[in-house]
Amino acid sequence: MAKHTIRVTVNGSAREAEVESRLLLVHFLREVLRLTGTHIGCDTTHCGACTVLLDGNPVKSCTVLAVQADGREVMTVEGLEKEGQLHPIQEGFWQEHGLQCGFCTPGMLMTGYALLKSNSNPSEGEIRQAISGNLCRCTGYVNIVKSVQYAAAKLR
Amino acid sequence: MIPASFDYHAPKTLSEAVALLTRYREEAKVLSGGQSLLPLLKLRLGQAGHLVDIGRIPGLEYIKEEGGYLKIGGRTREAALERSDLIRGKYPILADTAAVIADPLVRNLATVGGNLAHGDPANDHPATMLALLAQVVATGPKGERTIPIEKFFTGLFTTALAPEEILTEIRIPIPPPGSGGAYIKLERKVGDFATAAAAAQVTLAKTGEIERAGIGLTSAGPTPIKAREAERFLQGKKPDGAAIAEAARLAAQAAAPTADRRGSVEYKREMARVLTARALQKAVQRAGGE
Amino acid sequence: MALQTTPEVGGMGHSIKRKEDPRFIRGQGNYVDDIQLPGMLYLDIVRSPFAHAKIKKIDTEKALKIPGVLAVITGETLAKYNLHWMPTLMSDTQMVLPIEKVMYQAQEVAGVIATDRYTAADGVEAVEVEYDPLPVVVDPFKALEPGAPVLRTDKKDKKDNRIFHWEVGDRAGTEKAFAAAEIVVKQSLYLPRIHVASIETCGCVADFDRVKGRLTVYMTTQAPHAIRTVFALVAGHVGLSEEKIRIVSPDIGGGFGGKVPVYPGYVIAVAASVVIGKPVKWIEDRMENLQADSFARDYHITAELAARKDGTMTALRIKTLADHGYTDAAANPSKFPAGLFSICTGSYDLKHAFAEVDGVYTNKPPGGIAYRCSFRVTEAVHTIERMADVLAQELKMDPAELRLKNFIPAEKFPYKSALGWEYDSGNYAAALKKAMEKIGYADLRKEQAEKRKRGELMGIGISSFTESVGAGPSKHFDILGIKMFDSCEIRVHPTGKATARFGTKSQGQGHETTYAQIVAEELGIPAAHVEVEEGDTDTAPYGLGTYASRSTPVAGAAGAMAARKIREKAKKIAAHLLEVGEEDLVWEPGKFSGKGAPQKAKTIQDIAFAAYTNHPPGMEAGLEAVSYYDPPNLTFPFGSYICVVDIDRGTGEVKIRRFVAVDDCGNIINPMIVEGQIHGGLTMGMAPALMEEIQYDENGNIQGGSFMDYLLPTAMETPKWETEKTVTPSPHHPLGAKGVGESATVGAPPAIVNAVVDALAHLGVRHMDIPITPEKVWKILKEKGVAA
Repeated sequence: MAKHTIRVTVNGSAREAEVESRLLLVHFLREVLRLTGTHIGCDTTHCGACTVLLDGNPVKSCTVLAVQADGREVMTVEGLEKEGQLHPIQEGFWQEHGLQCGFCTPGMLMTGYALLKSNSNPSEGEIRQAISGNLCRCTGYVNIVKSVQYAAAKLR
Repeated sequence: MIPASFDYHAPKTLSEAVALLTRYREEAKVLSGGQSLLPLLKLRLGQAGHLVDIGRIPGLEYIKEEGGYLKIGGRTREAALERSDLIRGKYPILADTAAVIADPLVRNLATVGGNLAHGDPANDHPATMLALLAQVVATGPKGERTIPIEKFFTGLFTTALAPEEILTEIRIPIPPPGSGGAYIKLERKVGDFATAAAAAQVTLAKTGEIERAGIGLTSAGPTPIKAREAERFLQGKKPDGAAIAEAARLAAQAAAPTADRRGSVEYKREMARVLTARALQKAVQRAGGE
Repeated sequence: MALQTTPEVGGMGHSIKRKEDPRFIRGQGNYVDDIQLPGMLYLDIVRSPFAHAKIKKIDTEKALKIPGVLAVITGETLAKYNLHWMPTLMSDTQMVLPIEKVMYQAQEVAGVIATDRYTAADGVEAVEVEYDPLPVVVDPFKALEPGAPVLRTDKKDKKDNRIFHWEVGDRAGTEKAFAAAEIVVKQSLYLPRIHVASIETCGCVADFDRVKGRLTVYMTTQAPHAIRTVFALVAGHVGLSEEKIRIVSPDIGGGFGGKVPVYPGYVIAVAASVVIGKPVKWIEDRMENLQADSFARDYHITAELAARKDGTMTALRIKTLADHGYTDAAANPSKFPAGLFSICTGSYDLKHAFAEVDGVYTNKPPGGIAYRCSFRVTEAVHTIERMADVLAQELKMDPAELRLKNFIPAEKFPYKSALGWEYDSGNYAAALKKAMEKIGYADLRKEQAEKRKRGELMGIGISSFTESVGAGPSKHFDILGIKMFDSCEIRVHPTGKATARFGTKSQGQGHETTYAQIVAEELGIPAAHVEVEEGDTDTAPYGLGTYASRSTPVAGAAGAMAARKIREKAKKIAAHLLEVGEEDLVWEPGKFSGKGAPQKAKTIQDIAFAAYTNHPPGMEAGLEAVSYYDPPNLTFPFGSYICVVDIDRGTGEVKIRRFVAVDDCGNIINPMIVEGQIHGGLTMGMAPALMEEIQYDENGNIQGGSFMDYLLPTAMETPKWETEKTVTPSPHHPLGAKGVGESATVGAPPAIVNAVVDALAHLGVRHMDIPITPEKVWKILKEKGVAA
């Protein structure tokens, strides 16, 4: 079938929509749900600006079909804050100047958030490895590493 | 970056999936991790009227030792392989390989089965599986059949899988004690396909000679390459510098890379040599030698 | 420079957290593709697979049959409104959509308008174009040979592919100096084409309101006012009048110069919106961005450096062939077709110099300067810093020693260079010595000597660059005739808070914070209470935008000047409130107090309130000012970078072990932000040095037209940058600040190349062109018999 009704839990809320089979998850989030925090930066699955959590794992939402997310849980950057309170990963990026233009930032935040869930004290090398699927043109990565380290310390 | 229209199916059982593939045959493509297929569809390269998503079928993700084999479910994510204590402890060659496939985000979705079934000589698992003498289990309308890995890669983007078959398991004979393996990849940056890469798996006798060697090469031809001459040469030899150097030289001879932005034919062939030597050195070290 | 304000006020020198961050870290940024307007349509573009071909036929029948495809716009459509060609910023002409022929691969050929993005993409696939391929010209040298196909057949009487010849300096005097030289070194260098590849691509939402006759364009642009004026000039004849055009540059995901040009996609979207009367969105995808948008570099350089045997440089001579693609669409100031290339005498006291640049057309996308290069300063610095090392190698002199010997001494500033620039201030020796100390230069040379004995390859490379930024003084600088001033308008409100609007446009440089800090510095109003706005031409004062590191030098200065005008008025109000003469008042940030009577004081907040409630009779109410700042000169940030590399003898891979960057950008507004700019700039300097490159085969097919092959470094390839600073204020800038955004992109590549060449110098290697790929290194190792 070329059209499907999908039910996806996004940032804790159940969302339902009828979508084309070919609709990319990133477009579902941005255009159908109007959650524009997740960005698109390339067309060959390289840049990672589209990173969201799918069932807790950071994935490139430009390379997932919306229909594949049916019945599953998605978390986007908009889901990091709780009742206006920033998550430590967000605080870290603000504190340590981990962003400049902000375009790669949601992807970095989601990857950083996921890393700290499985590794509460990552080394610099582990952080760099974890974000190696997220490209940034502005920061040169040094402060992004510091931002994640800040968040790790805060969460411990 | 927008794919052409297609129909999407999400069967809940293997037999449903096989039935769909049987019905749609060449018009259908299996969607496993989607990290090779979806990028192609987004660029509108490769047609697929029907996508058969095997992501809802239970029982296809596992890593276990059973009956003398390491068995990996076809839909096992690369990230799971990377994280598995069993793999890291006992099969570091597979941990090496998984760790250099694309990037960590892609590895959360990409599957081992998909990496093999895509038939791309630039994918990383094929060389490793050739070195390990793995077997591929294909499930089709007539049930399961086992395909030895040396017969699996038949051409560029072509494998021995029939259109109505799904790669459901990879079986690796558990190496005997005194074995070790390594995968070394040269890439222009993290996330790239290999400029060149080599997988080496050795088993050493108690007296130190190589009882068995397996060498696979990535991005070295239209299919993944098994460096048979190099393997044969190493049998019975002590794994010293000279033997490794000669085996590496023979492996490079088996390579027939194509020139592209990653390198000229000459450079890629030379790198096959350099990396085979390094992979062998590491494999021997892990096997308990030198 | 000592801090003049408290951390609570947050004036210059404080590393206050960025004010713009909250929306970005919450995913609430407002980038162009986030904008959705009622009834909005989508534009997607059909592009040419050929680099040079006649268009025989464009068949839109199949496309128009697709439900949801509303229109297909071609060159013929636009020709009806005379919009099929438009001027470039260098007064050349550029096609919006072609009628007769295409001149580069990926050139726009038709625009498909549809109700949604997916349908538009289907429409593009369904448009059928018939081409008649023509001979392709990709080699700029061949383009100049007699008998080469003439590309610009649209230009009457054009008989060749030359664009311009530009020269600067004293040709005869330089020739004499070369003739008399004891040593002459000559080197050819090629800086290949590269692309900024900001993570956000280009795009717009064009919204023409038929009832009001108003056009609003939300656009990824670094220069909204210039765009507005260009649209008014180009489309005035179809009824677009400048006071009815609004350009809004919202949040921009990185610019780096790539969002300065007017791309055909913008114009097609505007035309479509005007004709259809609905908003039209155009967002290019990454491959379109890499394959069609403005590139940078592509300079074929031959340089000669003359010197005395003791290492004193005496003369510099450079000849360059500039490959501009099919039209000169570089965004240089109009009198500078080769940008600020004449900064090529660099940090050295060179008495004689001469440079010439010839621009040529080829079948490639147009452009020339979009990549954080400060108008060709990257090319100039790369040349002189490579030549310094070539000379050092020839003389068997240590490259640090050679540089220290030739630096313009600190006492000689302001310094008039042989090519006509007046460098405002500098202390080059201090920066280099600081870098050498931090990296442990002497120990590294010892280590290198030991490693060489063992056959291990290690290199140390220096780059001591001088940048020229802050375009620029109205005497010399204009873009399409518009002088390159910039502006600031500040309004202080009754409750003592302020709104400050600028004519520039941040794409990540942190202006909402740094500009607020300038106001805080000058008026003592806490930066937290200064709301900075940029990018909306309806409200912002006219400016030339942000690129070439000009914001702090020009608009930042305007901010200081506007604040000072306010302070003058504030003084009068304070005098009125305190019932004293103005001459009896003393200013400290945030308040005026009586001389010798500090308890008699009025804060800026008191004064602001009084400006609306109790202003002196005869004076206008309110507390605001505008400044249009015409800088008296450019500013000249500088620095010394030292890079240490280790080379893998088996694979040729170059590993940067350490990289120390000492930068001097004068007085610093926000040290944290400056450091961030340097980290990013170093990364954008390393990338072209080691991995970025766009190439064309002999048929004009692009190689490196997607992120698969156009390689951006990840966190794994990027070293941990080490930064330091010296502070040599600019004597002419109101804040002593110089600008820093591009210093690192300019200074880093030669440091890396110099390091790799240094690692191989003992084998007889003298030069390598970037990108220095592992294979290039390996080839040399093999040739020299040292490959593992």
